[in-house]
Amino acid sequence: MSHDFVKKSLTRRGVLKGAASGAGAAVLGAGAARAQGPDPLITEKQDWATGLGDGVDATPYGLPIKYEDDVVRRNVPWLTADPISSINFTPIHALDGTITPQGCAFERHHSGAIELKKEDYRLMINGLVDTPLVFSYADLERFPRENRVYFCECAANTGMEWAGAQLNGAQFTHGMIHNMEYTGIPLRTLLEEAGLAAAGDLKDKWVYVEGADASSNGRSIPMDKALDDVLVAFKANGEALRKEHGYPVRLVVPGWEGNMWVKWLRRIEVTEAAVESREETSKYTDTLADGTSRKWTWVMDAKSVVTSPSPQSPIRHGKGPLVITGLAWSGRGAITRVDVSKDGGKTWETARLAQEGQNKALTRFYLDTTWDGEDMLLQSRAMDETGYVQPTKHQLREVRGENSVYHNNCIQTWHVKPNGEAENVEVS
Amino acid sequence: MSKSLKLYLGAAAGTVVVLGTAYAAANASVDYPEVAVTHQKSAPVAAADAPAPQDEADAPVRLAEAHQARTTASDASHITVPTTMPEVSTEAGRFGLGRAALPEEVAAWNHDIMPDGSNLPVGSGDVWTGDEVFAEHCASCHGDFAEGRDNWPKLAGGQGTLADKDPLKTVGSYWPYLSTTFDYIRRSMPFGNAQSLSDDDVYAITAYILYSNDLVDDDFVLSNETFMDVEMPNAEGFIVDDRETTEAHFWAEPCMENCKGSVEITMRASVLDVTPDEGEDTATSEETGPPVEEQAAAPQAEPVQQAAAEEAAPEAQAGASIDMALAAEGEGVFKKCKSCHQVGDGAKNRTGPMLNGVVGATIGQVEGFKYSNDMAALGEAGRSWTAEDLNAFLEKPKDFLKKTKMSFAGLRKEEDRLAVIEYLKTFQ
Ligand code: HEC
Ligand code: HEC
Repeated sequence: MSHDFVKKSLTRRGVLKGAASGAGAAVLGAGAARAQGPDPLITEKQDWATGLGDGVDATPYGLPIKYEDDVVRRNVPWLTADPISSINFTPIHALDGTITPQGCAFERHHSGAIELKKEDYRLMINGLVDTPLVFSYADLERFPRENRVYFCECAANTGMEWAGAQLNGAQFTHGMIHNMEYTGIPLRTLLEEAGLAAAGDLKDKWVYVEGADASSNGRSIPMDKALDDVLVAFKANGEALRKEHGYPVRLVVPGWEGNMWVKWLRRIEVTEAAVESREETSKYTDTLADGTSRKWTWVMDAKSVVTSPSPQSPIRHGKGPLVITGLAWSGRGAITRVDVSKDGGKTWETARLAQEGQNKALTRFYLDTTWDGEDMLLQSRAMDETGYVQPTKHQLREVRGENSVYHNNCIQTWHVKPNGEAENVEVS
Repeated sequence: MSKSLKLYLGAAAGTVVVLGTAYAAANASVDYPEVAVTHQKSAPVAAADAPAPQDEADAPVRLAEAHQARTTASDASHITVPTTMPEVSTEAGRFGLGRAALPEEVAAWNHDIMPDGSNLPVGSGDVWTGDEVFAEHCASCHGDFAEGRDNWPKLAGGQGTLADKDPLKTVGSYWPYLSTTFDYIRRSMPFGNAQSLSDDDVYAITAYILYSNDLVDDDFVLSNETFMDVEMPNAEGFIVDDRETTEAHFWAEPCMENCKGSVEITMRASVLDVTPDEGEDTATSEETGPPVEEQAAAPQAEPVQQAAAEEAAPEAQAGASIDMALAAEGEGVFKKCKSCHQVGDGAKNRTGPMLNGVVGATIGQVEGFKYSNDMAALGEAGRSWTAEDLNAFLEKPKDFLKKTKMSFAGLRKEEDRLAVIEYLKTFQ
């Protein structure tokens, strides 16, 4: 991979910006404590307090206000040959709560985000079923449906960090994730509608799912999972899926790697065995130190990251009260606890969960603390309901070596400096 | 709410429901009770009214109280508000939705090929034919010998590197099944023109890729009959996910204090310096004017375009001087460009910009396409595509413009270049 043409770094620019605003913040902070003079924002009449704003017909479908227009998906051009088969990253450093707005939820496609109308949409179920069926979009709306919140994480999230600290920002290291409320039909309902008697013993059967785009992304899912919690979804966060997330219909495979969440879902086939498609052999397999590779590593291990402070979200207010916050999740169930360390893992404090952990969904954590203005090596460590504890990168490498790409769920370290800037680092 | 509630209950086969008046319960209860039991977390909704819990110990108690209150309310009104999906029989065709898939429909989509070769179409192709077809449709990205060009995937080489640092994973070194190669090429390649190859061509290309990986001789003919004779070097290289045993030690009570001695920073992201600048990919507030200005600018753009169209018109008439015979030859040459460029009605930007009207146009000006900086700069300097420049560019794109994004080796024959330029002229 050639990295050399990305010269200007976020770091350098960030340092300049951050340093300047750090100084400003000190002045402002002082101002707030003991006012040096009346604040013109208060004493002078402002335009917005005297004139009029937009009418209700100005924005039939709204975007965030322009002051937030840096909170956007970003990509890393050198990662792939072409943005049509590539990935971008959710700005998790700038979001709070747990639900990801669709408009900034990361995208990964293999042959571009296609436009497929509901009227042109067909879903086929074939293979070892009693009656192969074709559904229209309107048919799908007539099955009982449910609402569930789940995270979707690309297996390659944090993949660029295997060999060492590389990208400087939570968005880039951990932003291949989003968390939405899906409305959809249990896959089980559709499979049963087609009839599974023809499949005989269901235990060793598989379900192959495939998308309608040119990449025809296809994955094999064991029948157990297919009948458990997989959804055929058509809404996210209450509204239609965005085209980049598979409009009009995508698969939701809770807790399992994002590549299996087939977008523009067009076919579901019950099979005797796994198809061993390109996305489950060439890709999404994990090569160990001795050259053998794990396959079928579907579940996403428990993981967490501090989203602020972080390289793109430095501390701008000087010492004093500080909210440390981040996200935690597990493909095996609910998050039960998140610990935070400020000293690179020597001592840990248990963070507050904004809400009790939800099954296979993002959990927001907070550590409300006081910053003494000294260096911090910030880390977070998630635990899930199975008792799994998020490992260090060192622990992962001990088992897996350094050639893995996918499933890097290691503890992340941010070095927060006295000027409030943060940097992605690796520690001993 | 009440309407949909009734409908919902009505659909629940065998559930006896008394519709009463109690309403609060229906509003409050949106949670799934069974989930609440397993994960002990029915509370979030009820807790909304309660003040934020001060500490964790306190929280479960209050949440439990809130839950209790809710249960009592619904008891009082003799209503059971279901929040689980309706129980329906698993009998096939229970809903009677969808229609039977026709055999032709299943045949059109059911293309996946299993590792044992089942579902392979009848057909065959030899290495030499494969070489030609590959040169025409694939080499522009994957290299003449499938060795890969620029950042595009490499399809050959890398045998024996899987245990090295940075292994090279290709069809030859990594893919366990040949079925995957055939299946993937037939459904997803060439990139930008998927599903355009005949089955025989896919056999031929697959044979050529095997040959490029030294896995077959140059007289090899791949067919549905010889398919299973090919041995893939890494067929035995995969194991099924074993994280729960090899990583069982990640399930352990974590350390909270004195977890390690000294902590040193061993690596920093700023050393590699590969993080994209925030401004690089997306306009930020500093760079984009306020939306108002953008809107004001938009109507102006239109007359300009119209004027341009009018100017172009006489030229199009002068197009009578296009050598149609030569253009027809150019259409054949253009096949080499098709994987990246579109022309004609509704042509869109793909890997490359759409090429309508490109002859004579300003360089690098197609709206919405992200050119390399260098190509964009030529346009900004006022250069346009003269026949001479096009000829030079198409001969060796990277000689013409060192940092062009067009990963294309070039058209060696002058007659091909002239023909394709003539063909492009027909899309003015
Ligand atoms: C315009 C560039 C382009 C052309 C032309 C092209 N490909 Fe590809 N090819 C790609 C890209 C991009 C990918 C990766 C796609 C993805 O990310 O899913 C790819 C992936 C592949 C892969 C899988 C590689 C791996 O390691 O997983 C194979 C095999 C392949 N192409 C074969 C072909 C063949 C055969 C042809 C000609 C018929 C062809 N390609 C034409 C761009 C191209
Ligand atoms: C592998 C993909 C690919 C192939 C194959 C390819 N191109 Fe391109 N082409 C591009 C890209 C990408 C650009 C933009 C280059 C840049 O920004 O530096 C481009 C730019 C161009 C331009 C300039 C367009 C403009 O708006 O100024 C022309 C003309 C062109 N290509 C013609 C061709 C022709 C003719 C062929 C076939 C003989 C061809 N290309 C094959 C990817 C490709």
